[in-house]
Amino acid sequence: MSSEPVAVVGVGQTKHVSARRDVSIAGLVREAAVRALEDAALTWADIDAVVIGKAPDFFEGLMMPELYLADALGAVGKPMLRVHTAGSVGGSTALVAANLVSARVHRTVLTLAFEKQSESNAMWGLSLPIPFQQPLLAGAGGFFAPHVRAYMRRTGAPDTVGSLVAYKDRRNALKNPYAHIHDPDITLEKVRSAPMLWDPIRYSETCPSSDGACAMILTDRAGAGRSPHPPAWVHGGAMRSEPTLFAGKDFVSPRAGRDCAADVYRQAGISDPRREIDAVEMYVPFSWYEPMWLENLGFADEGEGWKLTESGVTELDGDLPVNPSGGVLSTNPIGASGMIRFAEAALQVRGRAGEHQVVGARKALGHAYGGGAQFFSMWLVGAEPPSS
Amino acid sequence: MRDTAIVAFAQTDHVRHTDELSEVEMLMPVLHRVLDATGLKASDIGFTCSGSSDYLAGRAFSFTMALDGVGAYPPISESHVEMDGAWALYEAWVKIQTGQVDTALVYSYGKSSPGEVRDVLTRQLDPYYVGPLWPDSVALAALQARALIDAGDTDEAALAAIAHRSRAAAADNPHAQLRGPVPAGEYVVQPLRTGDCPPVGDGAAAVILAAGDTARALCPRPAWIRGIDHRIEAHSLGVRELTESPSTYLAATRAGVFERPVDTAELHAPFTSQEVVLRKALRLDDSVDVNPSGGALAANPVMAAGLIRLGEAAARIHRGESERALAHATSGPCLQQNLVAVLEGESAHVQ
Repeated sequence: MSSEPVAVVGVGQTKHVSARRDVSIAGLVREAAVRALEDAALTWADIDAVVIGKAPDFFEGLMMPELYLADALGAVGKPMLRVHTAGSVGGSTALVAANLVSARVHRTVLTLAFEKQSESNAMWGLSLPIPFQQPLLAGAGGFFAPHVRAYMRRTGAPDTVGSLVAYKDRRNALKNPYAHIHDPDITLEKVRSAPMLWDPIRYSETCPSSDGACAMILTDRAGAGRSPHPPAWVHGGAMRSEPTLFAGKDFVSPRAGRDCAADVYRQAGISDPRREIDAVEMYVPFSWYEPMWLENLGFADEGEGWKLTESGVTELDGDLPVNPSGGVLSTNPIGASGMIRFAEAALQVRGRAGEHQVVGARKALGHAYGGGAQFFSMWLVGAEPPSS
Repeated sequence: MRDTAIVAFAQTDHVRHTDELSEVEMLMPVLHRVLDATGLKASDIGFTCSGSSDYLAGRAFSFTMALDGVGAYPPISESHVEMDGAWALYEAWVKIQTGQVDTALVYSYGKSSPGEVRDVLTRQLDPYYVGPLWPDSVALAALQARALIDAGDTDEAALAAIAHRSRAAAADNPHAQLRGPVPAGEYVVQPLRTGDCPPVGDGAAAVILAAGDTARALCPRPAWIRGIDHRIEAHSLGVRELTESPSTYLAATRAGVFERPVDTAELHAPFTSQEVVLRKALRLDDSVDVNPSGGALAANPVMAAGLIRLGEAAARIHRGESERALAHATSGPCLQQNLVAVLEGESAHVQ
């Protein structure tokens, strides 16, 4: 049975900021959805189903908010699904939507992810102490810092690498009008002199807390033919999960991440990701995760990821640009962050990334992860339709 | 459409409190039961999908703990919906339709006992205009019941009869929380009495889906999913006609319910009055055996009760007690979102 090719024909984002006090939650998601429809030159009536994702409901204090958002997203009378797979959710949501098209259940699907973090305090939202369960140690940084330290010890990476990632991503963000953090006065010295939060992670090397939404329109081959702008074609997509804690878990390079990437590359016919992929939008909430994921995703051999960062390979004009959009380090509405990675990868191969366009990008990887480095979702998009 | 069937179903014995069990401890036995029934191991499963709610669990990312019960190493292809497990089943069904996998494990669970579920569910409501008033789930269902009575669709005696019939049917269901008739009781919110409301309790359920010949190899009489669809309505109660369920009707139409009569219907109607709405939308007459399990009035573990309807309908086909069954799940205040599936036994599979 051959599946239907899936195309991204519309992308819409809000301008991500720390607090959107001017709009309701419904207003925020609708803004992104309308922009995606405009990009695709479609109307609400063209949408067959809506797939929405976000991270924990506690962030807005709203249980299963898709019920309340049905009207704002034009979903009344249509199927509506709500995905939640922790930080990877934005990516997973897009993949669930893509499967609806791939399986020919629907022809055109709106998928959207959001977080309005100004409604609460995300760090404490992630730190709920429950008896007999492992709390996340005062925010995600407290959980991930020891694993960064383990990476540094394992590879002997110099402790200057993290600041290079942050310096690069924050400069890339200046070219992305939707990015949250725009600091035109950024210098490497400023990044390196920021206060230490969770050793070795400095304040300047952490993601912000953002209000924002991201939407995409996915459609079939016929729909792609009507698209006013070049579509991005899905060449491969996968999710992998493993438990939070278990004997033998490799927190530095989780097997679920490696397996997920291998599955995507197999579907997309990629044998040498470093050579064949032109741009990567990678989920890097703390600077050091760039070199760590470069290894986990097969762009560098084990222990070699930091060398790509240090030598400038991942810069916007480098050989393998990573996070040309500025990444999660510059924009982090948690539930949407994964979808922004997927959408930015699509914008690159559509040639619609504006000032942060990677010249000649034909294949791009979107990557998201979540939980205790245990949930992974990825897709590979290309400028040409998949061959099989 | 790729032929896909429910080949195994298991559920907990639903009870008022499971203080001694974590979610994963509650879930693990049912996961083992569906795997044992099919002889599959966790590593044989192509795709896993679950449904649960952080708000019930009282902690963010609550579903991550459940992975310990699944045995997700080596890593598995897995997803989660913050919805009733019926929608997790739908996502898994779509995954099988893509041709990427042949089998799927679906599970869901909910513990209402740690909190006041009536209060918790108010957090589903529009946070600007309705949520601040804290109208609880019984009060909203009572509005709907009053509208039905005013429209002449039912009366309190008919509602009591639904309650009686459901709990009497549950006498044969070892998993039900309320087994056998219970008194109509006092008004909780007029016109709904205790007997019109579902029990509050904890529970979990699991299902295995399989495609084509894999299904036939795993189950002597698979319950084939002939159609499945779900639809949502507007959220604001003020713009809805509460005596009707257009989303149920549309989902049923698209699932093929009206092409041939069903002999059984498992309806997710937590309140007696909601069965009246659903019967109307689904055109069910007295020839159909409605909720032979006792339905949500006998056991309503939030987030699992919809998946249990699909499982109960499938189990009747597995046992040869039904040829063509309808299963329904709902979510949101006053039946805002509805899923309908049609299940058939092999002998009814005539192309």
